[in-house]
Amino acid sequence: MADYHWPPADKRFLIGKSFTRLDGPAKSSGRAKYAYDINRPGMLYGRMVFSPHAHAKIKSIDTAAAEKMPGVRAVVVMFEPGKEVLWAGQEIVALAADTEDQARDAARAVKVDYEVLPHLVSDLTPEKAGAGRTSAGSEAKEGDPDAAMATADVKIEGTYGAGIITHCCLEAHGQVTEWEADKLTMWASSQNVTGIAGEMSKALSIPASNVRTITQYMGGGFGSKFGADPWGPACANLSKKAGRPVKMMLERDQELMEAGARPSIYAKVRLGAKKDGTLVAWDSESWGTSGPQGGGNPPIPYVMRAPNRRTKHTAVLTNTGPGRAWRAPNHPQSCVITMCALDDLAAAIPMDPLDFFLKNIEFTGERGKSYHEELLKAADMIDWKKKWRPRGTQDSGPVKRGLGLSIHTWGGGGHQSNATCTIHPDGSVEINIGSQDLGTGTRTIIALVAGETFGLPLSAITVNIGDSRYPASGASGGSTTVGGVSASTRRAATNALNELLAKVAPYLDAKPDDLEAAEGTVRVAQDPGRAMTWNQACAKLGATPIAAAGQRSLDLISSGVGGAQMAEVTVDTETGIVRIEEIVAVQDCGLVLNTKTAESQVFGALIMGVTYALYEEKLMDEQTGLCLNPDMEFYKLAGLADIGKFRVHMMTGPGYDERGVIGLGEPPVVSPGAAISNAVANAIGVRVPTIPITPAKVLAALEGASGTGRA
Amino acid sequence: MNDERDDRPLGGSSSPPETEELEDAKGLSRRSFLKGAGITVSAGVIAAEGLLETASATAAETKVAGPGPVAITLKINGKEHSLELEPRVTLLDALRDRLDITGAKKVCDRGTCGACTVMMDGKAVYSCSVLAIAAQNSEITTIEGLAAEGQLSPVSDAFVEHDAQQCGFCTPGFVMAVTAYLKQHPNPTYEEVTHGLGGNLCRCGTYMGVREAALDAAKRLSGGRA
Repeated sequence: MADYHWPPADKRFLIGKSFTRLDGPAKSSGRAKYAYDINRPGMLYGRMVFSPHAHAKIKSIDTAAAEKMPGVRAVVVMFEPGKEVLWAGQEIVALAADTEDQARDAARAVKVDYEVLPHLVSDLTPEKAGAGRTSAGSEAKEGDPDAAMATADVKIEGTYGAGIITHCCLEAHGQVTEWEADKLTMWASSQNVTGIAGEMSKALSIPASNVRTITQYMGGGFGSKFGADPWGPACANLSKKAGRPVKMMLERDQELMEAGARPSIYAKVRLGAKKDGTLVAWDSESWGTSGPQGGGNPPIPYVMRAPNRRTKHTAVLTNTGPGRAWRAPNHPQSCVITMCALDDLAAAIPMDPLDFFLKNIEFTGERGKSYHEELLKAADMIDWKKKWRPRGTQDSGPVKRGLGLSIHTWGGGGHQSNATCTIHPDGSVEINIGSQDLGTGTRTIIALVAGETFGLPLSAITVNIGDSRYPASGASGGSTTVGGVSASTRRAATNALNELLAKVAPYLDAKPDDLEAAEGTVRVAQDPGRAMTWNQACAKLGATPIAAAGQRSLDLISSGVGGAQMAEVTVDTETGIVRIEEIVAVQDCGLVLNTKTAESQVFGALIMGVTYALYEEKLMDEQTGLCLNPDMEFYKLAGLADIGKFRVHMMTGPGYDERGVIGLGEPPVVSPGAAISNAVANAIGVRVPTIPITPAKVLAALEGASGTGRA
Repeated sequence: MNDERDDRPLGGSSSPPETEELEDAKGLSRRSFLKGAGITVSAGVIAAEGLLETASATAAETKVAGPGPVAITLKINGKEHSLELEPRVTLLDALRDRLDITGAKKVCDRGTCGACTVMMDGKAVYSCSVLAIAAQNSEITTIEGLAAEGQLSPVSDAFVEHDAQQCGFCTPGFVMAVTAYLKQHPNPTYEEVTHGLGGNLCRCGTYMGVREAALDAAKRLSGGRA
């Protein structure tokens, strides 16, 4: 009998090896069909009219002229007159026409009468924003921060933070909808193919069983594509009205204005240590905005928590597009605030930050030993001890070099997941799961786990995902997908295998308990010569396939990972331009299933990290209330020439593997902002207090300007 | 003439790529074309003289095309397609919306990100910034034209091997950019590839793989020629 547990290292057949992704050929040949690529017979193109004002009461909406425009087939009003729009970009009317250009023309003919109201779109401190614009967040106290601060030999005070960035998914949000009588099919760019079906059924008041959602491929979500959103039901309603399929994808400007934002977080921090480096107290007042809805409480101080601390958070309510979960919600910003303050404290002592972090490693809690190992490994990779020099001891010349470090954490675990496994009499194997592959390699992991269970190569497994008709699985968020689907697949496949072994045992004159599936055979474990090929074994099923189910269980997965990153940068003190020379990332995530896609995840996270550390920022104009850069010329993503050299080391083996599977999507994206900011401070001798670290901010810091730059 | 996209100074965010100057077989530069098209599109007609030459080889000098649909023929992946479309329709929209050729992706829709890259007469262009009517008389190659369905071109295969893709939405554009780049630069260095592929953007962060794939594909292709 096969059991569910992951095999020990010497018995692993596929786990921990390196595999190219199963859907790689479809994607790299342009044949993969994303929601944006679905074309249905008679399909119309949808377009939304959105508010040009950051805050306004809608007095009236007149669609009469638009309805008469060429090609227009349906108009749906999405916003009730009398209510207030709370950000520029908020959708008001949707319409569908024969061509995209006709839809765009018609959108311009919609007349909306606004009563413009006062707005706030600037990223201000709670004091400057004013009482009506704030909402109290959490306050917490641990130990006695005042008494402890009084005992500190070295104290620092600083303001740190991160501005608002967007998700900027390359595939815009949106969907294609099609009705067949009262049944709806929706091809959506979604992180939640199972969940949005239910959301659509509620919004449209139809039975959930009448909704089918499909997401075979999706062009990036990063936390912004969990819901059906207002445009999902609007598209379905247009489709219903017109009696035709409708494709409605957001245009780039609306995508950047409202379909994703990472909240800003800033903090005034006071921090104290003994002169030997021992951390004694933390005191912070933080604030930030995620648009009109306030926002969550940042986990400050982050990872390395002084024993005596006081924290207070206030949300600022603004008329910018609403916040959405952005890869490791709140962590990158909290990491910048904490790790930069700690780095400044180390510099004030003065102490090598590596020694300072190692000295205080106990304050990271139960994962201290891992952080210790990871910091030492990263230091070795980047040659920290040889390269690091104290601030202000740079060579002469305009280009300065610096090193910085950061540590981070994330949860993981596994979302709820159901899988079914079918073994056909011809030997073919199918796994069905209502999950989705965001580009993280989910399909490949599912095949790998099934292949491992059956002793078959990846190519022998057919993976069916991305359809709400498959067994329900959770949203892909919080790095929970790999935990969810690997556990449900393992259990479904093992259950199916045990049925097969029971069927085959008599033919091998053995008990099912004595059999194993390995190397393309079913055989007696202690006497591998007594074997039949996989296909011979499956042929014993006669006409009826085996169908078995499995559910995510917690024994195969864990939660809670750590990582350390170190960055080396050069800064041109005449232009303010920061260049990434190298970043090393050391990461644990339990049992690594596919080394290749795991490393790709970390590389990708580092690149995204460089982008938010140096380039990207959603710029708002207080005069007009508008986003100034809802496009890709001025909302900047790093290009190939901007990224520098990266190296990744995954912590695996004893101490890590036995924890089971843990997700990797978010953790490595947390540290780059802090590590890069610390490297810049090390290079130029002063802190650039907020990210992104633009040339203007570098020059301002060098000139001795203080404050957050934006607050 | 140093006007190919892969020779221009690049650098993603730190220096946004400038609008490329692309010379087609008729001597119509893309910059002058866009200038003309921009003005006339906003006026609702297409009347730039340079454009007319491309739109119809036999057109009278002052003939105005549009704003209603006009008949055009596009030669895509070796096959001729007859279409009726408004002159304002971009090559990208013609491919995706009219012909169901969806490998080229619509992302920024204004010549910044490169996800819509196709080849015109062997050179990489942003198909969101070329009007379909102006793409007549050119050999258009989309990613679907690189290999038969079920097969992979050497560049696509290198992308799989080096995991140069995550969500994959930028991937077809990158594959086309690499394919066109390697035609001009069969043996690029690491630095040259870094510089030459700056006209395409990725959000998932696949650049490490993209660079390796481009270098590997160069080896495979020059190996094949030798």
